[in-house]
Amino acid sequence: MDIQLKRGLLDVCVLAAIKSADSYGYKIIKDLKPYVELSESTLYTILKRLETARMLTVRTAEHCGRLRKYYHITAAGVRRIEEFKEEWKEMKAIASFIAKEDSDE
Amino acid sequence: MNKKEFLTQLRQGLAGLPQAELEERLLFYSEMIEDRIEEGCSEEDAVAAVGSAEEIIAQIVAEIPLATLVKEKIKPKKRMSGWVIALLVLGSPLWLSLLLAAVSVVFAVYISLWSVILSLWASFAAVAVSGLGILAGGIYFIGINPIITGLILIGAGLACIGVSILLFFGCKLATKGLIWLTKLPIRIIKNAIVRKGKAV
Repeated sequence: MDIQLKRGLLDVCVLAAIKSADSYGYKIIKDLKPYVELSESTLYTILKRLETARMLTVRTAEHCGRLRKYYHITAAGVRRIEEFKEEWKEMKAIASFIAKEDSDE
Repeated sequence: MNKKEFLTQLRQGLAGLPQAELEERLLFYSEMIEDRIEEGCSEEDAVAAVGSAEEIIAQIVAEIPLATLVKEKIKPKKRMSGWVIALLVLGSPLWLSLLLAAVSVVFAVYISLWSVILSLWASFAAVAVSGLGILAGGIYFIGINPIITGLILIGAGLACIGVSILLFFGCKLATKGLIWLTKLPIRIIKNAIVRKGKAV
């Protein structure tokens, strides 16, 4: 898949994974596994990018005697998901146009 | 490999990263391994699931911008003493000119390489244009001269055009190779900074 397109998609995927409740790294990977295989390094880069864009915040909490980072979605993050859904409608319209032109030939 | 070995390997391989970022990344991988162990994985399996340290290092090197690395590299670890500053200033006629010379050499190498590419394309254009010219001449001569002259010219023209098509692909390949070569030093520098003396 086109790398730019995929990057945008994965960003929204991760946002969606923390939307209903705060989550942590391994849980995000597990939750997304049925849909997309995400490596640890890729997830780290995405989380960092979303944090810089203020679409999520990070807090460290104790868990079983060690520290774990929890990611919390911000209002900007929720807005990004909504934006993406709108963009997706446009993309679907473009895709059906491409499919139609292709079958006309 | 156990968790400690894995993290040590990462730490060595990424020694050139900004300190804070390195610690953050190591914590991230450590948390991932711990979470897998908690779920019932053995330590070895948990480490293996995170991926090979070599692959992770290679991916990080590819992603991180060179500017970040250089900024970290030239950031003084401690304040420079007056002596060092004085030496730097006094020695500037020496190291500045050496640096300038080194930069000029690299620049000259690039210029000459690109000149070769330019001349390759120029010869391609020359052969192609003369091929077309000879072909046109041949067609013209067929009408007025003994037919053999025209035929020879047409043959020569077609041969030139054929050679130029081959030249085109050669030129394209050479240009591609040179672009790859242009990016090579950046890759080598990045690897050298991040891995601190480990083989590139």
